Amino acid sequence: MITIKELTEKPELFTAGHRACAGCGPAIALRQIMKALRGPTIVTEATGCMEVVSTIYPYTAWNVPWVHTAFETAAANASGIEAALKVLKRKKRITHEHVDVIALAGDGGTYDIGIQALSGAAERGHDFLYVLYDNEGYMNTGIQRSGGTPLGASTTTSPAGTVIPGKTQHKKPIADIMVAHDIPYVATASIGYWQDLMAKVRKGLEVEGPAFLHVMAPCPRGWRSDTAKTMEISRLAVETCVFPLWEAVNGEYGLSPISKAIALKPDRKKPVEVYLKMQRRFAHLFQPKFQHIIKEIQDDTDKRWNRLLKKCNIPQVAVSKT
Amino acid sequence: MSQQPKGWKEISIAGVCWKPATDYHTGDWRSFKPVRDPKKCTKCLLCHIVCPDAAIQWNKETQDIEFNYDFCKGCGICANECGAKAIVMVQEGGE
Repeated sequence: MITIKELTEKPELFTAGHRACAGCGPAIALRQIMKALRGPTIVTEATGCMEVVSTIYPYTAWNVPWVHTAFETAAANASGIEAALKVLKRKKRITHEHVDVIALAGDGGTYDIGIQALSGAAERGHDFLYVLYDNEGYMNTGIQRSGGTPLGASTTTSPAGTVIPGKTQHKKPIADIMVAHDIPYVATASIGYWQDLMAKVRKGLEVEGPAFLHVMAPCPRGWRSDTAKTMEISRLAVETCVFPLWEAVNGEYGLSPISKAIALKPDRKKPVEVYLKMQRRFAHLFQPKFQHIIKEIQDDTDKRWNRLLKKCNIPQVAVSKT
Repeated sequence: MSQQPKGWKEISIAGVCWKPATDYHTGDWRSFKPVRDPKKCTKCLLCHIVCPDAAIQWNKETQDIEFNYDFCKGCGICANECGAKAIVMVQEGGE
């Protein structure tokens, strides 16, 4: 296990001076991911918050080879890079033992726009790691809803009013969709648990074949939360089981230590209200007329959590009492 | 730097970004400044890993934590996460 002191000696491959908002969750995620690399790496990134803030001409915050690509083609681009590396290696033009390829995209570029490229790349079995940093909306264009926005969240295209309680649809279970592609490694991680996140990045890079990592990264601007509470919210998402941490190696589900502790001691599971209360995008749900949405969120969280426990072969001790 | 916009012959090939972002100081966005109390600090370095701006670094020579106020945007995550409560946020321009 690596200590933070050793991490401080690792170079900053995603440098300071990027123009993300104060308290940006995805920026923390990228810093942590770039500290977990095992060697030479090429990063390709779809349009999204982190692309916009890191490479404002003529400045770049990347200390690794980095390619920007269109919104829908992060995975297609990564496939091409991986195929080119294979040929170069065969022709002995590169002598590195391995060159890793990371495709980065936000939730818009994965859930909605990029899923066909991702699905194709996973099916073709290219050796790359796809990192989805999930800030639950199209944040840099002005906080529009995406397939990753959870039920009840108010965004500019699903505004909460007197009748409509924010987004009326549920969040798409993207990581489960990727497990269904039968790829060697799928995991969910949260910036609140950086050791777990970095271990999963390394596992995803080391595995032969496509790997998918779903990283929860709160956006203080879009979630209307306090900039100082970014890490606290990302931990609460795990503690309330809204975003449980698990990994599926060759399709076999297993809970990560943090979520396993909650599964074995169900009284540690917090009610979703604690998580919702910290974000002003859910503030309207606390009016009496929208209280039933909170119950619906809790029921949906419990349903998904119990389904996950079943997949992980953990006995159903964890049925919520709320 | 001239005020005249550059023509296509003067910009880099394919518009490649060539300047490091560290030339661009984001520190002047800040309205609150984190101040560390070295007596309370246990040097656990948790602030290093939670900083979105890589503004908190370990100085090997002095064996101490250093804040780089050129880049700190004053989000307050370090103060919120610090277990020893050694970091406080102070308003810029005040005492």
